[in-house]
Amino acid sequence: MKKAFLPLLLVAAAMFAYAPIMIAQAPYESTMGLVQKIFYFHVPSWFAMFTAVFVCGIQSAIFLFRHKPSADRVAAAAGEIAVLFGFMGLVTGPLWGRKSWGVWWQWDARLTIALLVQLTFIGYLIVRKYGGPGSEKLAAAMAIFGMFNIPFLYMSVNIWRTIHPKTSVVPTLPSGMPGPFWFSVTAFMILCALLLTLRAQLEHRRAALDALYLEHE
Amino acid sequence: MKQRLQSLAGALVALALTAVPALGLQPQQQNEFVPIDKLPPSEQLPSAPLLVAAYAFVWIAVMFYLWTIWRRLGRVEADLQALERRTRSEQR
Repeated sequence: MKKAFLPLLLVAAAMFAYAPIMIAQAPYESTMGLVQKIFYFHVPSWFAMFTAVFVCGIQSAIFLFRHKPSADRVAAAAGEIAVLFGFMGLVTGPLWGRKSWGVWWQWDARLTIALLVQLTFIGYLIVRKYGGPGSEKLAAAMAIFGMFNIPFLYMSVNIWRTIHPKTSVVPTLPSGMPGPFWFSVTAFMILCALLLTLRAQLEHRRAALDALYLEHE
Repeated sequence: MKQRLQSLAGALVALALTAVPALGLQPQQQNEFVPIDKLPPSEQLPSAPLLVAAYAFVWIAVMFYLWTIWRRLGRVEADLQALERRTRSEQR
């Protein structure tokens, strides 16, 4: 990954620079018009969030049950990335909703579960930072709990009556929309992988510093 | 029997009287519908500022987060180097 980091960073930067052009050329949605184009950043940011949450949850499980400190470091990195992409989704969503629904926020199943997952991972970061010795294990359990909320978050629009569009929107996009959408998804996924690598590197260096301090004392 | 019928009629009248205010509280049926694109410009919410705000937020969040990682990495690397220097000088 170290060798591929710089080329991937350039690819991601180029994709993010080109994405607005593709999105501008995409057809207008018939009822929502221009504001629907937020979709091309809103949905990929949730995809990236889900990926980061799964990485965090799985690595936390490996740390808890196999006692691998390196897995905990990757989980810590992924937890932070999940919060970053979660914020993107929670900010871009209401901006879109204000125009298309007439309200910034609605306490329906999808939006409420999304907020709860985000709060779970903010809690995860707070526990890690201020929980004191041994808090990694508690944080790991929180991450696993947060990960198991994701299927409910994803399926909530199909199970409960909600103002949010259903999961069938993406597979049934009209022609001209899937191209820019999947382009944006790819750009977000590459960005997610890059940020995760960089943030995990920071955790590994911190661990090396701690080990050196212990050795020195 | 007559008494029972009277009490039943009384109960029905009481029920009807109680229901009258509830009927008054019913919201009036809405039979006017104005499509959103037919609203006067003063009542329409412009899309462009919302779209620009959404994209700007994503860009700013990524840039800010990258900056915080670089800053934290730089601080850890500086600490590592300082500690290694100190260890080397103490070994001499």
